[in-house]
Amino acid sequence: MSGATLLKESGPREVFCGLTSIVWLHRRMPDAFFLVVGSRTCAHLIQSAAGVMIFAEPRFGTAILEERDLAGLADAHEELDRVVNNLLARRPEIRTLFLVGSCPSEVIKLDLARVAERLNTALEGRVRVLNYSGSGIETTFTQGEDGALKAMVPLMPSTNEQQLLLAGTLANSVEDRLIKLFNKVGLEKVCSFPPRQSTDLPAIGPGTKVLLTQPFLTETARALKDRGAEILQAPFPLGIEGSQLWMKTATQAFGINSSTVHSTLEPLIARAQKALEPFKENLCGKKLFLLPESQLELPLARFLHRECGMELLEVGTPYLNREMMSAELELLPTNTPVVEGQHVEKQLDRVRELSPDLVVCGMGLANPLEAEGISTKWSIELVFSPIHGIDQAADLAELFSRPLHRHDLLNRKLLAKV
Amino acid sequence: MELTLWTYEGPPHVGAMRIATSMEGVHYLLHAPQGDTYADLLFTMIERRGKRPPVTYTTFQARDLGGDTAELVKGHIKEAVDRFKPKALLVGESCTAELIQDQPGSLAKGMGLDLPIITLELPAYSKKENWGAAETFYQLVRGLLKNHPHEKGSQNSKAWKDQSRRPRVNLLGPSLLGFRCRDDVLEIQKLLNIHGIDINVIAPLGASPAELMRIPDADANVCLYPEIAESTCLWLQRQFETPFTKTVPIGVGATHDFLKEISEILGIEPPNQSETSKQSRLTWYSQSVDSNYLTGKRVFIFGDGTHAIAAARIANEELGFEVVGLGTYSREMARPVRSAAEKLGIEALISNDYLEVEKAMANAAPELVLGTQMERHSAKRLGIPCAVISTPMHVQDVPARYSPQMGWEGANVIFDSWVHPLMMGLEEHLIGMFRHDFEFIDGHQSHLGHQGGQPTTKHEPQTKYLNPDEAAKEIVSKNNSPIWTEEGEAELAKIPFFVRGKVRRNTEKYARQAGCRQIDSETLYDAKVHFRN
Repeated sequence: MSGATLLKESGPREVFCGLTSIVWLHRRMPDAFFLVVGSRTCAHLIQSAAGVMIFAEPRFGTAILEERDLAGLADAHEELDRVVNNLLARRPEIRTLFLVGSCPSEVIKLDLARVAERLNTALEGRVRVLNYSGSGIETTFTQGEDGALKAMVPLMPSTNEQQLLLAGTLANSVEDRLIKLFNKVGLEKVCSFPPRQSTDLPAIGPGTKVLLTQPFLTETARALKDRGAEILQAPFPLGIEGSQLWMKTATQAFGINSSTVHSTLEPLIARAQKALEPFKENLCGKKLFLLPESQLELPLARFLHRECGMELLEVGTPYLNREMMSAELELLPTNTPVVEGQHVEKQLDRVRELSPDLVVCGMGLANPLEAEGISTKWSIELVFSPIHGIDQAADLAELFSRPLHRHDLLNRKLLAKV
Repeated sequence: MELTLWTYEGPPHVGAMRIATSMEGVHYLLHAPQGDTYADLLFTMIERRGKRPPVTYTTFQARDLGGDTAELVKGHIKEAVDRFKPKALLVGESCTAELIQDQPGSLAKGMGLDLPIITLELPAYSKKENWGAAETFYQLVRGLLKNHPHEKGSQNSKAWKDQSRRPRVNLLGPSLLGFRCRDDVLEIQKLLNIHGIDINVIAPLGASPAELMRIPDADANVCLYPEIAESTCLWLQRQFETPFTKTVPIGVGATHDFLKEISEILGIEPPNQSETSKQSRLTWYSQSVDSNYLTGKRVFIFGDGTHAIAAARIANEELGFEVVGLGTYSREMARPVRSAAEKLGIEALISNDYLEVEKAMANAAPELVLGTQMERHSAKRLGIPCAVISTPMHVQDVPARYSPQMGWEGANVIFDSWVHPLMMGLEEHLIGMFRHDFEFIDGHQSHLGHQGGQPTTKHEPQTKYLNPDEAAKEIVSKNNSPIWTEEGEAELAKIPFFVRGKVRRNTEKYARQAGCRQIDSETLYDAKVHFRN
């Protein structure tokens, strides 16, 4: 392994927990409901992170534990049954119910798997009840999706058919586009996971080759492998280079003629490079510091360095799965500091010391850094925006270019006069 | 176990964060897992603060639980004290840490640190944000002042008279993430100053622990936000015999009563009502002739206790509205809200279920909603104009301009912000009537969305006529309805075009009911009287 220098740090962290994933998962599967079994903090976290006040009745909620639930676990189980029955009576359109474990439910050892099993028996297949943990003592931010997807794997039907499975939530438009491209080069059978309807699960088996669309699906990948699928190792489909390598990994695995792939992608690449040009100009030579949060930091750093010419000061990541990230790590320039874990205070000291032009960080830190004159990009935006694939490379670059552009604009027009 | 889709208040440790972040020189060591760090964004995003909250989260993980979490806590405490050098340290737990019972407060006290350490016990499974803020403020003030020397019987709120100085008071309760606190403080300071009263300490907003130590120097306390400061004011009264005000100066009447109350406490000349009623434009604007249309408007009020009670009084006494619903999500304020509702002849709604509030709103059929951001959304769905009067905070509730709720200027702000949505409401109504007229330009859409001006989502069938008057005629002949005489048509033509179609339909309806074959000007007037009764 060439490239990055791997470092570890521990201390106070500033990251979301896995519950946050519900914000995009519930939109992906409109027939699913996510019920967090937790505290008022959990409910407040999700509504604050999502700004959900616009929804009449969201497809996620929290069964808030109260003092008497803590006193006796038997009662807590009964209470949870009551809450679930009320909820399902109120929302008859729900086909899959995810019981999502939280920090408090994990600490009091509330066995949600058992609850799910009991409810599944009682509901006789009308609604499928699954469980996973989104607790902050075990998961960060995007890892919640890993847990939710892993919980669905046992329900996937079996097949021996040769097929490509794209695993990880993508924006619908991007997903359609990527599948169309695979079809175009002759890869006919492509399905995706999670599906758009929770009950419409793709089949899986020894003929399945899995291409991960997101870098945070360690456990899901393992579960899919256990079902006989082969997990393809590739860089992630961010930027022109990553997306191209990602697609080629799949087409090679299926023995598709590389010249077909080349001739299909070539015009797309040329067009994307042209679209990327103005952003590249703005980003080239600028110093970038990525704080750990979304787990997308490595592929983003690779894209912003190799395709946009940004200088990498530090690449933070909440955790590092070396196997899954090996292709990404190799593409990073030699000696790039990749820091796994976090000591937020020391990390911010380094930010100030190195004075980056742009910091990728969570929402809690953005304005304080802006107030110190450092431009920022929220990492949460990256999990909501359609950024995957060759066609989206310029849009992805624009997300990083915009804060810098704005900074210049305001400094020139407004602040220069003061 | 309570099913919650959305909540008005956060957990109690967020209340503690509000106190810590409001102050200078206070640090909060919060024993909590990493996900709890989301709370920073409440301050940095919603309130656009350019500074991180002074909070160190221990961010313990599952793997730490098998080991020595006590050492982890102590390590974080030491590091936080070394790095931030606070003048006082708050130590507490969030919901998860409460379950593992590490007693971080005792750990901190055993470390031999040379600064005041306040242990917070905020039961996360039974209490909420405002309670947590009140308890934190109380524990902090008590912790710093409990050993403050005080001779019983020495306090006299009129003592300033013998000390050749102006009377001075503390303003207690304003905090971050409180509704318009930033501007209320300035307004009340100005108001008291005009009446010869100085400000001793404002807390928690902007105060340091050293300033809290000066709280007993005041002649009286002003309890600006009972949700946050009442428990502290009660303790200060017990400990130092300092009296405090019970009136919250929101609205013209309440501001007058507040001045009267503080004057009595301090022994100064109370203000004259005929003078004070002129201080805010609300009084005259409400009397002015174009406010006539405000008379008897049905309002539905929901918010925190303080703002809901104040809004009910203003609506009822100062704007001539009819209060058709009053409620709060603050259980701690249930009693005063109930009694305020009772005075208005209605039953208070005490709930933290926004769907229940929405249902009550729909049942009350109000013409204006005064609520939180959530009621704004509910009102929008129901097509009812709304003004926001209370937390929970939204980025829109932190305006760039000066925009207090308290005092004379606060009353001005309230007049504008409650009446403007109604003006808009009137406009909506007109748009609803105009929309089928040929003069009406399609695409004129209001801020209330596509439903504006229509009570339901039901769409009227499209006619091929642009002019509703023509359309009405067509429908008439089809139905073999009464015939308009030339004179009747001439009278109808005098009616403004935007109501003409409606008048035509109503008149024909009346004519059919009354068995008239022809419609002349008399029928028109008869119909008008008929529909008014």
